[in-house]
Amino acid sequence: MLDAHVEFLSGCAQNVRLAGGKFLFREGQRADALYLIRSGKIALESHDGARGTLVVETVGAGDALGWSTLFPPYRWGLDARAVEPAFLFAIDGPCLRSKLDADHSFGYEFTRRLLNEVHTRLQRARLQTLDVYRAGP
Amino acid sequence: MTVSLSLAPRPDPMLPEPLRIHRVKRETPGVFTFEFDVSARGGFPFLPGQFNMLYPFGAGESAISISGDPAEPDRLVHTIRAVGTVTRVLERLGRGDVVGVRGPFGRAWPIHEAEGKDLVVIAGGIGLAPLRPVVYHALRHRASFGRVVLLYGTRTPDDLLYRKEVEQWRGKLDVEVEVTVDAAGKDWRGNTGVVTKLIGRAGFDPTNTLAMLCGPEVMMRFCARELERLGVPLAQTWVTMERNMRCGAGLCGHCQFGPSFVCKDGPVYRYTEVERLLSVREV
Repeated sequence: MLDAHVEFLSGCAQNVRLAGGKFLFREGQRADALYLIRSGKIALESHDGARGTLVVETVGAGDALGWSTLFPPYRWGLDARAVEPAFLFAIDGPCLRSKLDADHSFGYEFTRRLLNEVHTRLQRARLQTLDVYRAGP
Repeated sequence: MTVSLSLAPRPDPMLPEPLRIHRVKRETPGVFTFEFDVSARGGFPFLPGQFNMLYPFGAGESAISISGDPAEPDRLVHTIRAVGTVTRVLERLGRGDVVGVRGPFGRAWPIHEAEGKDLVVIAGGIGLAPLRPVVYHALRHRASFGRVVLLYGTRTPDDLLYRKEVEQWRGKLDVEVEVTVDAAGKDWRGNTGVVTKLIGRAGFDPTNTLAMLCGPEVMMRFCARELERLGVPLAQTWVTMERNMRCGAGLCGHCQFGPSFVCKDGPVYRYTEVERLLSVREV
């Protein structure tokens, strides 16, 4: 990504510190930021009345979190809870969306990275769905 | 049952040697470890990755990897998952019971080929058992390797194998150990997600790495692809195959896998040797 693009992004970003055990966001709330995790570990969770809290995945340093802020209806699909203290960059959702629309070169670079991330996540989700460690018949 | 325990080596690979169970450890639900004291017979030398045929008398044989320390040949260790007829019979045995043992059989992990390189060990579920001898060896000969990385994935926190031992390994400063589970509740503070996710985070040089994978075939395929994506050539990735093994010596053909017999030519293969076969149905 070009320096200008990084500068472009940083104009929408601010630092966020999240204490262990605290929620970054909750399922159903308005998705207002894309987060880049600098350190720490965050659990993406869902709650089921019968089974309690289920951790879908944990994400950590280097991961991006919060794609829901890019797409309508801009609502979180999961809870995000810090398993351990975390430091993040929060990129303001509306600001990011307007910059993606305004600069297509930046938009392309961003979307390419987004697609790569979505691809690897999809691969992981497929493997997770297969439940490969389940005991055989 | 009264069985005489012969201390003499058994040169006939088809003849089970009766060995008495010295210790049983229940590892996780349905998974247990047998330890045989074989000091009186002069030890049971083996190479990491090799397996024995275990025979609970009257119930049939099952191929089980040796999961102990190759530097401690006086202890023969097998970790077993009770998943079939024979292994369910084994599960009911206890200290003092006798099991017929044939082996060791099969091709070992290419540990010496990994010397001077970064060693990445990726285990899934019970697949940690055949790789534990590799970890023991790598820790014992730490200076022979570059970075040593163990990535271990399993189903839930309750299914973590050798938990205390893995925690000890993780505490070492010159080994990178990461664990993940596919599913967990909120009390689990470790990683959740599939083992492939750990690969990209681990510190190793893809151009000078040898990877050893053991787990369900699907998991190994995903891991090999992820390693390749990061730059590890498929020829530097090794896997272990599981097939229906009977004779253990490449004679009966039950474990035929394309042009090879898993019991004799495997169970450890270079990924490029089996890649094509992994995608063929009914091999």
